[in-house]
Amino acid sequence: MTGIITYGAYIPRYRIRLEEIARVWGDNAQDIIGGLGVREKSVPDLDEDTATIAVEAARNALTRREIDPGEIGAVYVGSESHPYAVKPTACTVGEAIRATPAMTAADYEFACKAGTAAIQTCMGLVGAGMIRYGLAIGADVAQGAPSDALEYTAAAGGAAFLIGRDDPIARIHGTVSFTTDTPDFWRREGQNYPRHGGRFTGDPGYFKHVQGAAHLMLEQAGTSPGDYDYAVFHQPNAKFPRRVAEHLGFTPEQIRPGLVVPELGNTYSGATMVGLAATLDVAKPGDRIFVTSFGSGAGSDSFDVEVTDAIEAGAFRRDAAPTVRQLLSNPIYVDYAHYAKHKGKIVMQ
Amino acid sequence: MSVPRFWRKISKRYNLEGTRCTQCGRTFYPPRTFCPDCRRSGEIVPFRFQGKGEVVTFTVIRTASDAFARQTPFVLAIIRLDEGPRVTAQVVVENVSEAHIGMRVRSVFRRIGTEGDSGVIYYGTKFVPDVPYPEG
Ligand SMILES: [Zn+2]
Repeated sequence: MTGIITYGAYIPRYRIRLEEIARVWGDNAQDIIGGLGVREKSVPDLDEDTATIAVEAARNALTRREIDPGEIGAVYVGSESHPYAVKPTACTVGEAIRATPAMTAADYEFACKAGTAAIQTCMGLVGAGMIRYGLAIGADVAQGAPSDALEYTAAAGGAAFLIGRDDPIARIHGTVSFTTDTPDFWRREGQNYPRHGGRFTGDPGYFKHVQGAAHLMLEQAGTSPGDYDYAVFHQPNAKFPRRVAEHLGFTPEQIRPGLVVPELGNTYSGATMVGLAATLDVAKPGDRIFVTSFGSGAGSDSFDVEVTDAIEAGAFRRDAAPTVRQLLSNPIYVDYAHYAKHKGKIVMQ
Repeated sequence: MSVPRFWRKISKRYNLEGTRCTQCGRTFYPPRTFCPDCRRSGEIVPFRFQGKGEVVTFTVIRTASDAFARQTPFVLAIIRLDEGPRVTAQVVVENVSEAHIGMRVRSVFRRIGTEGDSGVIYYGTKFVPDVPYPEG
């Protein structure tokens, strides 16, 4: 059965506290931190972007397991901050892991769920026997306009999942999606920052789609929330995934390892992927993980994952690459002036 | 640097790919097609470096051309890779005062520079301090 062969994450070391952003804009820090459930967010270094984050995540995945990169037949990178408007990030990643030239590649965009869409594509290609391995990456250096609500959470990071059939560390029993045309969040071509429908977009956007996909997945799998050891939901803040988990019948304990947004912020296309990576970091053979992403526009992808004995076997060395917890530890805090320099943020909306 | 000149060596820049002489074991980066010690008796094969090494000497760049101006001040170092060859590369540190001779470093994939707002983005290998991740 198709599954995850190896995985890796990457998070830049710089952080800014939400308190510092609130100070600059004269907002009430405690209201904002309390409302979002986010304390700080990651900031890319001056020379980091979606391509470098995607490469580091992919290399961390390949450090954990010896794979002939020539056997990787597809590389897909999901992001809404690809460095080029035209020129695929996936080609740079393919070259930097020595998977070129006998491979297909493309960049994906679907707001925050382009990474999980990449996993689905790889599952299809692997399942059809067209490729041996496919690499699916979700990575972003998320954009939020200065003083916009999004600025408090827009963060940088990503994760890579190698999909294949041979001896997976986790089987993916199934996947379903729930998609509609919903204008809850968008960025027009040529604009620097996205716009959104305001604070009331949660219900017709996030909650409708996450619950829609989750119900379809549970129905297809014939499972209920109690059958899972862990659950991971898209996390634009800490409040939404907590609330959706509760509505669906998952417990705070089930979502705990994968809920990284309080210290990381929202890494957009990376968010669900990093949450899944953090959960695999602590998972044991036999653990079952329920995963549901969300992308504005809007849609959700849901996955039914089961960890195998291979996660503790010799061919896979989980400790050969840093865990998400390790990547989050030992941060370097910056003030708003440094943050603006790091983000190249001089363009006002 | 011209786009074609960068492009031809892109994989070697991204992956620290050099060569090795099978006769004497000497490694080369940038890659050489000829071993100066063994001459014609040495066979040259591709070799990929692990990306770990030590700072031999360095300088702090405080004024740079437009492509690098946003990154100043930064550390430019000569690094001796553990396999032997020396490479010149940027060492990314939180503060330039951290840099020192003998510092252990490991390679990372970063943006090297850009040609203005509309030109090519150059990626390649830089180094960061090789400190272990904390437990947990
Ligand atoms: Zn020789």
